[in-house]
Amino acid sequence: MEAAQIPVFRFGYMSPLYIARSNEIAARQLGDEMIVMSARDSTLFSLNNVGLVIWQAADGRTSLEDIVKDKVCAEFEIAPEEALKDAENFVRELAGHGIMRVSDKPFE
Amino acid sequence: MKPRYELCIEIGEIPILVHTDSAEFAGMLHDRYGKFVVGRRAAGDPNIETPGRGEQRAVEYEAEDGCEPESAAPRDSTFNLPVSSFELEVELLPPGMMSDAEEARVRLEGGRWLMERGDFRAECDPEQRRGWVRQSANPYSIDAVLRMLHSLILAREGGFLVHAASAVRNGRAFLFAGVSGAGKTTISRLAPPDVLLLTDEISYVRKDRSQDSGVGSQESAVGSRDSKVTNQKARGGRQNEDRRDPASDGVLSQTPETRPPFDAPLTPGTRPLVPAFVAYGTPFAGELARIGENLQAPIAALYLLVQGPGNAIEDVSQADAVRSLLQNILFFADDKELVQMVFQAALEFAKCVPVRRLVFAPDARVWDLIG
Repeated sequence: MEAAQIPVFRFGYMSPLYIARSNEIAARQLGDEMIVMSARDSTLFSLNNVGLVIWQAADGRTSLEDIVKDKVCAEFEIAPEEALKDAENFVRELAGHGIMRVSDKPFE
Repeated sequence: MKPRYELCIEIGEIPILVHTDSAEFAGMLHDRYGKFVVGRRAAGDPNIETPGRGEQRAVEYEAEDGCEPESAAPRDSTFNLPVSSFELEVELLPPGMMSDAEEARVRLEGGRWLMERGDFRAECDPEQRRGWVRQSANPYSIDAVLRMLHSLILAREGGFLVHAASAVRNGRAFLFAGVSGAGKTTISRLAPPDVLLLTDEISYVRKDRSQDSGVGSQESAVGSRDSKVTNQKARGGRQNEDRRDPASDGVLSQTPETRPPFDAPLTPGTRPLVPAFVAYGTPFAGELARIGENLQAPIAALYLLVQGPGNAIEDVSQADAVRSLLQNILFFADDKELVQMVFQAALEFAKCVPVRRLVFAPDARVWDLIG
């Protein structure tokens, strides 16, 4: 799904988003940082600790809402609505470069 | 019979034989690549000129287009090129036939590398090691093709081209990486007479194929503490504490003054630093407008250039080293396998070669810290 097609999601109002790491990448965790390179356009991303948590949890079966609620808000001091909005923007940007896959259904 | 001209341009010990029908274009290439032209031949001339080698070998030359020369004979691989060499056929187009608006792009299609930009189209079969280039009679297009081709060849063997000046001092190579304006040409201009310049713009890095490049170098690798983590996504998270990078194995980095000689054992029971990567001179010049020395040397360090009020060397984390290196590597291909190879090469390089930040004022004293 292209980044522009990702629906806006708010808690409890729309179908959940599911995210999965793309395999069209090269990636390595170095310390607390995840460095990811898109094989599509060689764009380089450097994920901080919050981005790393979302990245590691992107197994294709867990909704973004659950990831934010259970992993991000639980570990960091961020308001849930704000965290989810940021997470949506985050995955949208990664999806635009082919680094993350997003869907309104779990990936098989 | 169409005249034919051939030049062998060798960079990084990778020769590429360029064929053209134009004497002027051949002359342009010869002037541009200078000491990197290791052999050339003109139509009707049975001899190969090998600049700097002082010998000529008589060879047989086979005519094209069905015409028989006076001394027809099977064509020899007259440059005695290794099997691994590449050949490019250059077809010159009239000016104005191509646009200069597009960005460079490389893709793999049907097993062939397709390279294109507004001013040229090129294709190369990596297995057959043959390809062609269509461009107008200018040196910039073929220069870009050569860079692209070398970056693809290097990617397959764990090497790369990188936006960096490089120079040899006391038999070791030092790289100075940074984008335009970072100071690559400046630091090249400031080099003292005992320094041999490999390039002021694009450095050529290959794995050292002559030695066991196993990791005895961890003890001297940079990758120690750095309290700052690059944060591309602003929200949340604890502040990262000042901590050691696990990749450094807990060893503090060393300053040039405290670091033992390059080839000395660091502590009892450890292996000496083994050169794992080698830098080669290139003809790819920047603002210095001067091709580099056709030399090679093991890489002792890569410095990330930052201009500042004084001269100092600072540690960087392994993550910063890898990220900065990847940001400066030249790579064009939209190919997953090659991208992964380049990524892996950067990781390996940062693991084996000290990567540090060099803050420097634009004066020659910076070279007191180097080598």
